[in-house]
Amino acid sequence: MSFALSRYIPLGTKIPFVEQRFIAFGLSSIAIVVSIAAFLIIGLNFGIDFRGGSQILIVTEGPADLSEIRPVVLSLGLGDVQVQNFGNDSTVRIRIERQSGEGTEGANAQQDAIKTVKAALDANIEGWQERATSVISPKVSGELVNAGIYAVFGALICMLIYIWFRFEWQFSVGAVVALAHDVILTIGMFSLSKLEFNLSIIAAILTIVGYSMNDTVVVYDRIRENLRKYKRMSLLDVLNQSINETLSRTTITSITTLLALFALFFLGGEVLRGFSFAMIWGVVVGTYSSIFVAAPILLVLGVQRGEFEE
Amino acid sequence: MLHFSKLKQAIIWLLVVVGLVFALPNALPENIRGGQDVVGTLPSFVPSKTVNLGLDLQGGTHLLYEVDVESVKQAKLEAAADDARQFLRSEKPIIPATGFRIDGDAVSFRLARPTQMDMALERIKPINTVDQALLLTGGTKAPFVMTSDPESGRITLSLTTEALDKEIRDAVARSIEVIRQRIDELGTREPTIQRKGDDRIIVEVPGKSDPERIKELVGKTAKMSFHMLDTSVSITEAMAGRIPPGAKLVEGSNPSEPNILIRRRPLVDGEDLVDSRPSFSQNGQPAVSFRFNGKGARRFGDATAKNVGRRFAIVLDDTVISAPVINSPILGGSGIIEGGFTTESANDLSILLRAGALPAKLTVLDQGTVGPEMGADSIRAGAFALIIGFVAVVIFMVLVYGIMGLIADAALIANVLMIVGALSALQATLTLPGIAGIILTIGMAVDANVLIFGRVREEYRNGKTPINAVETGFTKARSTILDANITTLIAAVLLLQFGSGPVKGFGVTLAIGIFTSVFTAFVFSRMLTSYWLFKAKPKALPI
Repeated sequence: MSFALSRYIPLGTKIPFVEQRFIAFGLSSIAIVVSIAAFLIIGLNFGIDFRGGSQILIVTEGPADLSEIRPVVLSLGLGDVQVQNFGNDSTVRIRIERQSGEGTEGANAQQDAIKTVKAALDANIEGWQERATSVISPKVSGELVNAGIYAVFGALICMLIYIWFRFEWQFSVGAVVALAHDVILTIGMFSLSKLEFNLSIIAAILTIVGYSMNDTVVVYDRIRENLRKYKRMSLLDVLNQSINETLSRTTITSITTLLALFALFFLGGEVLRGFSFAMIWGVVVGTYSSIFVAAPILLVLGVQRGEFEE
Repeated sequence: MLHFSKLKQAIIWLLVVVGLVFALPNALPENIRGGQDVVGTLPSFVPSKTVNLGLDLQGGTHLLYEVDVESVKQAKLEAAADDARQFLRSEKPIIPATGFRIDGDAVSFRLARPTQMDMALERIKPINTVDQALLLTGGTKAPFVMTSDPESGRITLSLTTEALDKEIRDAVARSIEVIRQRIDELGTREPTIQRKGDDRIIVEVPGKSDPERIKELVGKTAKMSFHMLDTSVSITEAMAGRIPPGAKLVEGSNPSEPNILIRRRPLVDGEDLVDSRPSFSQNGQPAVSFRFNGKGARRFGDATAKNVGRRFAIVLDDTVISAPVINSPILGGSGIIEGGFTTESANDLSILLRAGALPAKLTVLDQGTVGPEMGADSIRAGAFALIIGFVAVVIFMVLVYGIMGLIADAALIANVLMIVGALSALQATLTLPGIAGIILTIGMAVDANVLIFGRVREEYRNGKTPINAVETGFTKARSTILDANITTLIAAVLLLQFGSGPVKGFGVTLAIGIFTSVFTAFVFSRMLTSYWLFKAKPKALPI
């Protein structure tokens, strides 16, 4: 047990991270612009929890014949109906778009739609079985959208206040810029990939915010410590040294988190796939932003050294 | 940092063991720990609660209902109008009033002789009886604000917001009672029926269930009444809009008679029903039997005696389920309804009649059903991912940190046990995203150890002795660990605030995981490290 790989992790690396800030800011700016453009042009592929509507998961005897199921549900006049495999050959997800109508009428319209679909399946598909159903009224989906937006902004504001309280305002601005960067890039990723954006993705975004903040705080803590320790060192050198000193921790924690997430992504089943994908993306982006966005931004904002006297 | 008093050690071990004890029932078979229908063999002081599985894992149906506020208001205003009418006629001289009208939050009517205004206001006073419950909540004392115009003789009763809120609260409370009775009749285990917000009700029925049947049972208002048919005009005339005063056109359930004209005033209504059972008619068709209370039996007997040879209608939620001819007076206060039932629909109707009518219309806002097969698949996949993720992290930590990684792994095992123990003890609900939360916690929990070991490594490479390096490493990493975990906790708390159902389950495990991982990775692993250092007295650290 006296063997440990960590021996081979070099200490005292001097990788000039902060010097690359212009490239990093450039790349990040492009990524943000692309993300926002993708969001505005392509938009998110909202799941029914944010859009209202209904979906049903069915299993068929043997591999499902989508070309047989599709016409059955498309002929019902329920608007856009998506029929696709879910996880395996014999499981099919049928997603029915939100039926028109507001309030009570809207709620009942969604209920009727799923009933119609089930009746049509009964009449036309041999031996199908229902595995899961969900029906969301426009009223509830509207509330969920609002709740999601509040939660993400709430998280950002709470982080801003906490970091401001624990560090200085420059740090809290830097941290929140990095977090906003992560959130925007995740939304951009979901716009571009057209993966379903549902409640669990909001949960993932909140967790990414927590994770990325975690990373940023570790780097910031070291920066604060080094600012006190090396009073003569230039801010750029302090930032670089702090990033380098925390680099092995940043990497190792990213790896353990990714190990867990890959297990979830590949083995955790179809339901969690979108969530774990978002998380994997978020961990990568969050790690990047802690090093290349949150820390170098302090150089732009300037940090008053005198404030770190103990 | 590395010195632990005997007491401190005892407390730390105690916490870990308590976590283990609470987690343990989850690993025991049902006949030992006891379960739904099994008495366990464990002594009663040993915890036997297992983790509460969410509907997405055990299968079940979740329904979110909204009480129709508008209909609650309408009913209250209609009742006020009826009361007013009655009070004005209750004693001599009768005060004639017309033009009863419901407008927004108010009901109004006009006195034929405006000079009777004072007398009229005095008579209808009881409508505004002070409601004790409203007094307590500090609202205005009376449910209505009365205004009168002596010129035109118009009296307006406006429902106050406090009174309306109270009506809605009452309607929700009564609806919950009625729903509970109806669901209990289904014989499913442990249904949850609870209020959410001001005007919503959550219904959760675990296990295998047919959501359509549940909705059928829960959502039906089930207002039942018996009416005479109105035969003063023909159906065609009535359909053309010539409906006589006091009559009402309703739908029939029999295709040969799609519309039926009935008298508005019921002979008897569902409130007088005391019992109802599924049964069979003389020719063996499924039917529903019912029994009235004394008052209902008398009224029904009188009415049927007077109307032999004519038809009456049994009306359920404005639809006639059957309209038989009265062959002879029905005096016993009981009878059966034949209406082309199946065995199941006869059973359902009798359940509805027994439980009584809902005070207001309910709308399904959100429905989710997961079959038990799907739930079982999710558990399998989640557990598999958890085990593989766990093993991967454990191996990785040993590879990177050697024996110190082993200590981190011991802390990780304690961590998972404590999360499961906490979930069991708090009876928090574990959902599929909740399992994801545990897996994620496994990946992130070692962060504290990574931070500490990173520090230890730096100190050690700077020439400190193993014990000194470890000591300093733990000290220096402490504030970073706290900062890092508080930020994750902020995210988890927001998740709890935001989430409903499965997503909330994720927030729960994430939040629990933060507390347990700070304890296991910072406190428990530090104690284990001190044991190792003082026992083995290593000359060199592996890292």
